[in-house]
Amino acid sequence: MANHSVTFPVTDPQEILKLRAGDEVTVQGHIIGIRDRTQIRIFDQGVEPPMDLGGAFLLHTAPNVRKVAEGKYEKICIGTTTSARMVRFTEPLGRQYGVRAICGKGGFPDEAVEPMHELGMVYFAIVGGAAALETTQIEEIEEVAWEELMPECLWKFRVKDFGPLTVGIDAHGNSLYRDVQTRAKAKLEELFARL
Amino acid sequence: MAIDTTTDLQHTVEDAAAHLYVWSLKDIPQDLRDALSAAREKETSVPGKRVLETIHKNINIADSEKNLVCQDTGIAVYHVRVGEHFPLHPARIYEGLRDGTARATIEHPLRSNAVHTITRENTGPNIGHRLPIVHWEFIDDWDGLDVKCVPKGSGSENMSFLKMCVPADGVKGIKQFVLESIVGAGGKPCPPGIVGVGIGGSADYAMYLAKEAIMRPIGTRNSDPLVAQLEDELFGLLNETGIGPMGLGGDVTVLQCHIEHADTHMTLNPVAVNYQCWAARRASAHISPTGDIDYDREF
Repeated sequence: MANHSVTFPVTDPQEILKLRAGDEVTVQGHIIGIRDRTQIRIFDQGVEPPMDLGGAFLLHTAPNVRKVAEGKYEKICIGTTTSARMVRFTEPLGRQYGVRAICGKGGFPDEAVEPMHELGMVYFAIVGGAAALETTQIEEIEEVAWEELMPECLWKFRVKDFGPLTVGIDAHGNSLYRDVQTRAKAKLEELFARL
Repeated sequence: MAIDTTTDLQHTVEDAAAHLYVWSLKDIPQDLRDALSAAREKETSVPGKRVLETIHKNINIADSEKNLVCQDTGIAVYHVRVGEHFPLHPARIYEGLRDGTARATIEHPLRSNAVHTITRENTGPNIGHRLPIVHWEFIDDWDGLDVKCVPKGSGSENMSFLKMCVPADGVKGIKQFVLESIVGAGGKPCPPGIVGVGIGGSADYAMYLAKEAIMRPIGTRNSDPLVAQLEDELFGLLNETGIGPMGLGGDVTVLQCHIEHADTHMTLNPVAVNYQCWAARRASAHISPTGDIDYDREF
């Protein structure tokens, strides 16, 4: 299990392909905050996102912020939400917009594994609830779009040493979540036999 | 004079609720810190250790920066014990809790999570129709008021499960359902946390009891030895599933299993599971009939 530092947005697909399930990753550069309502607007309501998502790292978040000026927000507490609710957007995010990484907590179900393999995407597992730490790694909220969806807007954050993240699903068809579930289900049969 | 006392006490309840909500979000209880430290010692998987180290670092940063431990400010849930001689009616206590929740949300400010369940439009500062939620307990021959605030995050609340087992399923059916539920939940409820189980009563009451179970200090045991034994057994079994911290695989899947029970109908055997994430936030206060607040009295 290797350690990597990756800067987003990425232009070289190799930056994603070098990552393997279980590896530890720290992220630099810019990441984009996105959530349920943001993606419902893009895909179910067909509204083009006003930010470039090519090569992007998307974070499943709805931050606590303080408004300081028109269109300008200061961070209060930024953490990450459960990804599984938003799994159906994985393929269109990769295919239509060139998103390369999705980061959230709790993992994606197996239906994300094949699109991520085909499109060269990864899922990063963050520690859910570790928002105090995450907030210190976000240097600035640089942009916000769709403020009327507050707090489920499109956010652009500049980050430094964001992590540690664990590669939960890699671009080679491997998923830690699938492995853990397979082992746990076998274990359950053994435990049930003992009851 | 009576009107003044009521107004003053209601404001005291409001002050206590406002303080408890913010305090619980920033400063997690000592029993939880101890349980997370023990988990960090015990865990052997590489991703699991990474998660528990990060949690440890996060708690320290929340302390030093005086920031929220987790961004999800939850839905405000209160457990309230009202003495029969406490000189403020529960209707006014509720109003105090609601106003305190709103005030904390606006003044801090905290993220407001409350939405109308059909329109999904935000209903205001973490209050709304039937929000916050209060679990009431009425105490004979007492003049005090205890308030416990348990902000409940959605990641773990979404991992709630109910099964109407039949009597023939027995205790074995209860154990199987709890195990299947926690394996099925995987990393989504932010493990390792507290598994709350409610058994008996009715469908709705079993779920209510499961929520009461997650509100208890970690590792406390049900006063009925049969139920306490089931808590011990399930705790051991759940940690054999290998789900691990944040579902990435490992030795520590849960910090504890707490069970609350009620007697039930001869044909019923309900089992409810309510999960509380590792950031199991909780803060309590005792309010005297004269309006003094003591924040050091856990219940």
